[in-house]
Amino acid sequence: MTAELSRIRNFSIIAHIDHGKSTLADRLIQQTGGLQAREMTEQVLDNMDIERERGITIKSQTVRLDYKASDGLDYVLNLMDTPGHVDFAYEVSRSLAACEGALLVVDASQGVEAQTLANVYQSIEHDHEIVPVINKIDLPAAEPERVKAQIEEVIGLDTANAVLASAKSGIGIPEVLEAIVKYIPAPKGDRDAPLKAMLVDSWYDPYLGVVILVRVIDGVLRKGQQITMMQAGTQHLVDRVGVFRPKIEIVGDLGPGEVGFITAQIKEVAQTNVGDTITETKRPTAQPLPGFKEVQPVVFCGLFPTDAADFEKLRESLGKLRLNDASFSFEMETSAALGFGFRCGFLGLLHLEIVQERLTREYDLDLITTAPSVVYKIFKNDGSMIELHNPADMPDPVYIEHIEEPWIEAVIYCPDEYLGSILKLCQDRRGIQKNLTSVAGRAQVTYELPLNEVVFDFYDRLKSISRGYASFDYHQTGYREGDLVRMTILVNGELVDALSMVVHRSQSEARGRHMCERMKDLIPRHLFKIPIQAAIGGRVIARETIAAMRKDVTAKCYGGDISRKRKLLDKQKEGKKRMRQYGSVDIPQEAFIAALRMGDEG
Amino acid sequence: MRSATVPGPSRSWSPPASEADGRELAVYVHWPFCVSKCPYCDFNSHVRESIDEAGWREALIADLRHEAALTAGASVVSIFFGGGTPSLMDAATTAAIIDAIAALWPVAPGVEITLEANPTSVEAARFAGFARAGVNRVSLGLQALDDASLQMLGRPHDVAQGLAALDVAQANFGRVSFDLIYTRPGQTLASWQAELQRALGFGTEHLSLYQLTIEPKTRFASLHASGKLLLPDEEASADLFELTREMTAAAGLPAYEVSNHARAGAESRHNLAYWTYADYVGVGPGAHGRRRHAATVRTMKPEGWLAGVRAAGHGIAEETALDAPTRGQEALLMGLRLTDGIDPGRFEARTGVALDEAIDPQSLAELRGLGLVAPAGGNLRLTAAGAPLLNAILARLVAG
Ligand SMILES: Nc1nc2c(ncn2[C@@H]2O[C@H](COP(=O)(O)OP(=O)(O)OP(=O)(O)O)[C@@H](O)[C@H]2O)c(=O)[nH]1
Ligand code: SF4
Ligand SMILES: [Mg+2]
Repeated sequence: MTAELSRIRNFSIIAHIDHGKSTLADRLIQQTGGLQAREMTEQVLDNMDIERERGITIKSQTVRLDYKASDGLDYVLNLMDTPGHVDFAYEVSRSLAACEGALLVVDASQGVEAQTLANVYQSIEHDHEIVPVINKIDLPAAEPERVKAQIEEVIGLDTANAVLASAKSGIGIPEVLEAIVKYIPAPKGDRDAPLKAMLVDSWYDPYLGVVILVRVIDGVLRKGQQITMMQAGTQHLVDRVGVFRPKIEIVGDLGPGEVGFITAQIKEVAQTNVGDTITETKRPTAQPLPGFKEVQPVVFCGLFPTDAADFEKLRESLGKLRLNDASFSFEMETSAALGFGFRCGFLGLLHLEIVQERLTREYDLDLITTAPSVVYKIFKNDGSMIELHNPADMPDPVYIEHIEEPWIEAVIYCPDEYLGSILKLCQDRRGIQKNLTSVAGRAQVTYELPLNEVVFDFYDRLKSISRGYASFDYHQTGYREGDLVRMTILVNGELVDALSMVVHRSQSEARGRHMCERMKDLIPRHLFKIPIQAAIGGRVIARETIAAMRKDVTAKCYGGDISRKRKLLDKQKEGKKRMRQYGSVDIPQEAFIAALRMGDEG
Repeated sequence: MRSATVPGPSRSWSPPASEADGRELAVYVHWPFCVSKCPYCDFNSHVRESIDEAGWREALIADLRHEAALTAGASVVSIFFGGGTPSLMDAATTAAIIDAIAALWPVAPGVEITLEANPTSVEAARFAGFARAGVNRVSLGLQALDDASLQMLGRPHDVAQGLAALDVAQANFGRVSFDLIYTRPGQTLASWQAELQRALGFGTEHLSLYQLTIEPKTRFASLHASGKLLLPDEEASADLFELTREMTAAAGLPAYEVSNHARAGAESRHNLAYWTYADYVGVGPGAHGRRRHAATVRTMKPEGWLAGVRAAGHGIAEETALDAPTRGQEALLMGLRLTDGIDPGRFEARTGVALDEAIDPQSLAELRGLGLVAPAGGNLRLTAAGAPLLNAILARLVAG
């Protein structure tokens, strides 16, 4: 199977979300005959249900294509389709590490956006050759020439080799294939050197067990070989070597420059570290690869089963999900209000949403999600430091010397007309402006922001004030001290632990008022009036009152139909079961979710 | 009066005093037909081109016969013709049914025989006939005292016709009640006050004043869902309810039940049977009954019910034995509708559960603390403040 190095091209397709990467991949697969027309679906590589439903890519996918170029020679192209959303940026970085070049897809009507920049810079860091593909030129609003100019001005990338294409209508596809062969360099590698391969990704497949995606650097990887994972220090026997076309094809071996997969009777994904170096046990390489930066969850929230009896099912389901997504974490947590559940860590809010949705759908669980929060560092008077994942665990302020919170650097890219309101939003969220430029009607602003201001509802707000035109990218820059306090919510004098949150003192009053108003709308009237208070320590900072119910009685008697009244009573009692009791107040579960979403106004 | 069938002093019958309580029976007869369907109505009522009255008469009597065989020894204290619009029934049919009941059961002296009537001129013209058949109480569906509202409610009569019918009714029957629907779209406190004041001026002994509720699967429900029908909100509705209670009390017809108001002694005996959880027999389509710890419900659809009676000799679709806790629950749901509430002794005798065991003690204490349930001692009853909150109170109070 081993292809000659000079005939191999390894490339990632990178872009901002929705610019058409997966659709372009479809066309490349189709053109090279990887799939028959009847086997094609749109974005055929997005094979997870949730990817298909949302029309986005979450996991990178690799496909090996055979292509006869216009020079008459046969080439092997390894295509890696990557996700565009910032939460899955680590997927992009892994793919890029396994390639020599990238197709930079840019939507001809949208132009350069935040993830375009973030991903292209990553690619440049790898010294990649980049071929710009100006996509969607079929759209009436397409302005390929302006976008080309923008790429030159903003990214500083030469667009002489750019291809104008429409992945949807199949325009420019032969040109893209030719450009890949022509501009993207062939991999280098030494076939006779000791085996050195990069563990690019791994996942659990119900039929194959753990599947490992590899990129061979030097040497040859073959079935029956005893391999060592250098970082993990484990040894395995390779029992299968193959490639994706995109269907699985078993091959004898993989040589230098090639991308493919192996299985080695590994039971759990957790036993494999992405970025690890795979070598031959009896003739190991002297120099392991540098490895990948580890991904750290940045957003945390509690997940609780609506029905306490589902706790074990939730634990199992989280375990199963983690088999295929090592990037989220979970540990058990208890809440006076919500009972037993898990505190889970995610790469971002979309990641959170997706895990939550998969739990609900694939595992049929009803969940309550608590407010997203970040990891705070609490420095105590006694010199110790604890990492706070859950606001409910915050120690008494008298023991706290100071608190640090994570900050990010955010790059926002938007049409000039929305700049004013976006700057205001950043300012309101304690942002510190670092940079502001504007080229060709599009502004780029860089802000430092506390992450906790962003996990809340920043993204939703940004989208709504820019009517969806602003794009946003961020990376964490470290911890800084902040005047942070824990705000609690009291309903009828009872503390509702699931609603506790850490906020900056300057924001506490507004946030508290907002929470009280929300809860006022979300808790139904009771037979008595219910005060709702937001407090910091013992001090109440905001208050609302739910008036007592005034009328709830069935006027009619309906002859002697008592069964009807009993049904109503059963319904009421059923409804009560779906509520959480705080003292004598029943809070509907939807209230927690809705209060914490804070979608409308922050 | 038809001396032949109506029990009067000439009939020598007296209830066996020892078990009178358990052996009093109310009989409900459902006539499921109306000339048109009112848009708010979710009663089991149907519009039919033509009705085979003789067939219906026979079937209703057969259905009664089935019940009589199972309630031997009980005496009938009330007969109620409900619907639908039973005033569309032929008076001869009414007479035949009353006769049949009197033949099947002993009938208590002073038995109350009520007929629901719509106040159209056609029906009013037949009131004398109903009186001759033995009906001694009429419940008139007046519903509103202004034409625009009657139109909105889709009623087949106007105010003038309604009031004329009321006059005829009061002339023909010893006892008359009428219904009004309030908390109508756009109704203000002032307009209802005027309307109710006028209603109280007719000197009628019994008023059923229902707040308009939107029932699923009615035309009002779809209008309501699409925002084309707006009802007064909870506050306004509570104010209207309070005003109604104040005005009726002042006029000497205090509320004795959530929606029913009467001069002392003029309460509907029939409805009291439901609310005090007495035994009642229900015949005709969709009628409900409670007989000796069993709940009966009859086939809803008129044609289905008729076929059922012809095939099986009764129209019962479902008969369910009620265990003691369920009976307790039912007695609570009904009994707390009454201003006088529930008598613990009677409750236990009727249901087989002690009242204390049927309710959640902690909630009871809370509700008393809130002033919604009257203090301990005597009947279990809601206070004036608790009355408009009955459903929410029951949800807390009923044990289990
Ligand atoms: N008009 C037009 N629409 C296109 C073209 N290419 C892709 N699209 C549409 O753009 C949308 C996004 O396409 P995808 O291929 O899923 O985009 P993506 O870049 O893979 O998105 P993510 O993986 O979520 O980052 C889909 O609705 C496509 O049908 C094109 O050339 N022309
Ligand atoms: S007349 Fe009475 S039973 Fe008939 S449809 Fe109208 S409200 Fe319903
Ligand atoms: Mg995609």
